[in-house]
Amino acid sequence: MPDLSELKIDRTIDARGSFCPGPLMELIRAMKEGKVGDVIAVLSTDSGSKKDIPAWAQKAGHEFIGVVQENGYDKIVVKKLK
Amino acid sequence: MKKQVVILGGGVGGTLVANLLAKKLKANEADIIVIDRTGDHVYQPGFLYVPFGWEEPANLARPEESLLYPRVKLIRDTVAVVDVKSRRVATEKHGEIPYDFLVLATGSHVHPEEVPGLAEASHHFYTAKAAMELRAALEKFKGGRVVVGVAGVPYKCPPAPLEFAFMFDWVLRQKGIRQKTELHYISPLPRVFPIESVATVTAPMLEERGYHIHTFFNVESVDPGKKELVSLEGETIPFDLLVLVPPHKGADVVTRSALAESGGWVPTDRHTLKVEGPDGIYAIGDATNLPISKSGAAAHFEGEIVAGNIVQELRGEKPSHQYNGHVMCFLESGNNRATILNFDYEHPPKPPAPSVLWHMGKLVMNKSYWYMVPKGRLPG
Ligand SMILES: Cc1cc2nc3c(=O)[nH]c(=O)nc-3n(C[C@H](O)[C@H](O)[C@H](O)COP(=O)(O)OP(=O)(O)OC[C@H]3O[C@@H](n4cnc5c(N)ncnc54)[C@H](O)[C@@H]3O)c2cc1C
Repeated sequence: MPDLSELKIDRTIDARGSFCPGPLMELIRAMKEGKVGDVIAVLSTDSGSKKDIPAWAQKAGHEFIGVVQENGYDKIVVKKLK
Repeated sequence: MKKQVVILGGGVGGTLVANLLAKKLKANEADIIVIDRTGDHVYQPGFLYVPFGWEEPANLARPEESLLYPRVKLIRDTVAVVDVKSRRVATEKHGEIPYDFLVLATGSHVHPEEVPGLAEASHHFYTAKAAMELRAALEKFKGGRVVVGVAGVPYKCPPAPLEFAFMFDWVLRQKGIRQKTELHYISPLPRVFPIESVATVTAPMLEERGYHIHTFFNVESVDPGKKELVSLEGETIPFDLLVLVPPHKGADVVTRSALAESGGWVPTDRHTLKVEGPDGIYAIGDATNLPISKSGAAAHFEGEIVAGNIVQELRGEKPSHQYNGHVMCFLESGNNRATILNFDYEHPPKPPAPSVLWHMGKLVMNKSYWYMVPKGRLPG
């Protein structure tokens, strides 16, 4: 697991309280708007996100960097590769 | 002093709240006004059957006035903007109308233009006009490659594209052209339905019928010339016939009034159904940002909560009605069978095996809707 606390995050999407597929869809929207190389963090309280987001990143050809468990939510970090 | 309750939208949610308030409030307590831009009440679930020629749009609309109790005043007009500071709504033809309590029941609306090429290349059945155009296309269809699915979330009635897919396969078999047809189903999500327990049951049903399933397919554009569908994830699918649920948005008026978040959905307390922020405003049905299916069923179960809380607030009491996220809807599986989805915030649906019984249930609902739902005769 990379040290995510040191990583520069370009954009954070606070999707806490939003339910599946909300956090994933918000990430997809942000990826569309972002530029190649952007590191995007999604904050999610939905337990499905840490499974769905890495799976989507793999399919879409982006880099899944990691998940950190914060106090009551997950921080899921993805890098836009194309 | 007599209060004024104004309800924006005369669809499932708005009509029900107006009628429940008419039953609960004494005439000297409040005037109740519904403002609707068409003045017609449309039973949208019937659109699903129109492409197959099993239902006619003319049977799916009735004058809103005929569904309201006489003490509810109907104004046939478009609301341009809501001013929460002065507690007034501005209409196009009837000037400004003040409110003490406001209900946002303006629904969700399809926007094919959000995806380049979609409006030109794709059919859908989410409006009467589009459903009739799809009917004409199906009448001409003699076989080929068909892509069915979803081009944006959230969208109303999550089961509808699956229902269409199942019924279409069945119709092709009846017509004897199923073997000449290759069927594909696309979903932007990791599965074929937003709720996992339903996806687990319905994905095998698609496979049994020979559908090729493409998940994580977020439609980026459609090339009407080449007849190709391109996803954000980099996949391309050619098609002869395309039937995709277009992206949805909330009504313009809520965005224009700064009452909505992105997508045009109104931030709403998931239990009290009060709009977050301004006082005296509730939201119901598709207009909300609630994490549940945008469905007539949800609007129906929310009706008692919104009406009950407005009555309490109007009488100076603390609003105590709480919505638990209850939704109940049928899912047609073709061959005159259906299953049922019954769930709330805490309990995901556990759909039973499709049967003729639930199909009959859906048909009875389609016919009895007009008598049972708008006037609040079906318990919430
Ligand atoms: C093909 C299809 C199949 C469906 N199947 C089912 C099903 O099986 N079960 C189910 O439960 N649900 C189903 N639904 C969904 C259901 O129809 C909607 O969820 C339901 O109508 C939502 O009710 P509502 O009151 O929120 O909005 P609506 O019923 O859409 O009403 C909104 C009203 O607001 C009015 N309005 C909007 N903007 C303005 C304005 N600016 N000024 C004045 N008036 C305005 C509109 O004219 C409209 O009358 C289906 C929908 C479709 C399209």
